[in-house]
Amino acid sequence: MKSSIILFFALVTVSAQSQDLLAELDKKTPSTPDYVQATFKSTRLVNGQTMETKGKGALEFIFAHRFGPISSGAYELYGLDQAYVRLGLEYGITDRLGAGFGRNSEDKTMDAYLRYKVLRQQSGGGGSPVTVTAFGIAAVKTSPRKEDATYDIQFEDRLSYTGQFLIARKFNQSLSIQLVPTLVHKNTVDRSIEPNNQALIGFGGRLKLTRSVALTTEYYYRFDVPDANPYYNPIGFGVDIETGGHVFQLVMTNSRGLTERAYLTETNGDFFKGDIHLGFNVTRTFQLKKQK
Amino acid sequence: MVPKTTSLMKFILFGCLLIVSSHASGQKYISEKSSVTFFSKASIEDISARNEKSMCLLDTGTGDIAFSIPIKEFLFEKSLMQEHFNEKYMESDKFPKSTFQGKLTGFSMTGTGSQPVVANGKLTIHGVTRDVEVTGTFVMDQQIIMAAKFVVKLEDYQVKIPQLLWKNIAESVEVSVDFTLKPYEK
Repeated sequence: MKSSIILFFALVTVSAQSQDLLAELDKKTPSTPDYVQATFKSTRLVNGQTMETKGKGALEFIFAHRFGPISSGAYELYGLDQAYVRLGLEYGITDRLGAGFGRNSEDKTMDAYLRYKVLRQQSGGGGSPVTVTAFGIAAVKTSPRKEDATYDIQFEDRLSYTGQFLIARKFNQSLSIQLVPTLVHKNTVDRSIEPNNQALIGFGGRLKLTRSVALTTEYYYRFDVPDANPYYNPIGFGVDIETGGHVFQLVMTNSRGLTERAYLTETNGDFFKGDIHLGFNVTRTFQLKKQK
Repeated sequence: MVPKTTSLMKFILFGCLLIVSSHASGQKYISEKSSVTFFSKASIEDISARNEKSMCLLDTGTGDIAFSIPIKEFLFEKSLMQEHFNEKYMESDKFPKSTFQGKLTGFSMTGTGSQPVVANGKLTIHGVTRDVEVTGTFVMDQQIIMAAKFVVKLEDYQVKIPQLLWKNIAESVEVSVDFTLKPYEK
């Protein structure tokens, strides 16, 4: 009896020991904020931005391409005969601050932008439930040329600005949702069809199918659109495929523009009448500055 | 009368046992500095990362040892690689830590120089626990300095390599663990 009691306690103490060490370690471990990562695969969702920033010292080359509308028929090979291209670069100045520029062949637009992660979603308890990135872009529409313009066009007339808050939450490994309050300012507009300042709200999301493949979607709703406005709300669907340093995004959208002014306020396709542009975004990331 | 004596005996026995076991556990040591690195040689590029946020506890009385490695604290040269490591391979949102708990044998607190030691226990990586035996060295100086090197086969811990990426990733990685321990005051 006695010996069995001793044995029992001895066993309990011995087996508990090692467990205790791990538990003790847990208590000793300083709790550092656990920021959620990879809410989206890329800095672009379909046409629009995501709240992602590049890591410090990382340079991303973005090659984006939109074909003509499928509705253009067999003569145009369902849009494949036309193409609108944007070439761009984005650099991570810090893990939270990024800068980029690019040129889109649609309206020969050049753009430059900054983005900054204001809030970072934390997993577990506490901290922010969402990531918020402030995004600002300025663009110059270099088409038409001065001599081709129907009026005495000045440099200022070509400018437009877009400000966004990209608010996203990664709910779990596969689902991320993003809300995007947006303001677009165009210096010169035809006031009969649109105001200088236009407000929009964007909705978007990602559903991961496997570790490297995800479905994406995006829709922007424009507020207070005048009746005479000929444009549509931009909508898009995509598939993200990630292979190492590359992300391939195959998309379907009613917009052919690839700068904010163009796709947010000048989308001229009716998605549900077949004005669907196939396209892709390809990104390649290079690490210019080593992290260590 | 008889039952009373038995319960008293039990009490005394239990008390003695507590004293004995707490005596046996001796001095505990906790990591002051740590470095966990891994290296993997692959056809396209070598991959390496370093983690200095790991913690280790050693009970020199019993030889019980435990360490814990926060996965997100591995620093890579490339931030994208770091993201892939966490997001795709280690799934660190789901499995934030790798741990080891077990027994360290072969060391003497009065020994000098580098002593060869063996750690037997359970290694948990990516939520998968396996029994492992790791050999290393133990130096008792002002502090305790422990070092070990071992190979982890990704397959053993169900770390899957996406097909599109197989060329980039080696199937096993070499892990080096270094801890400097100091006496632990509760």
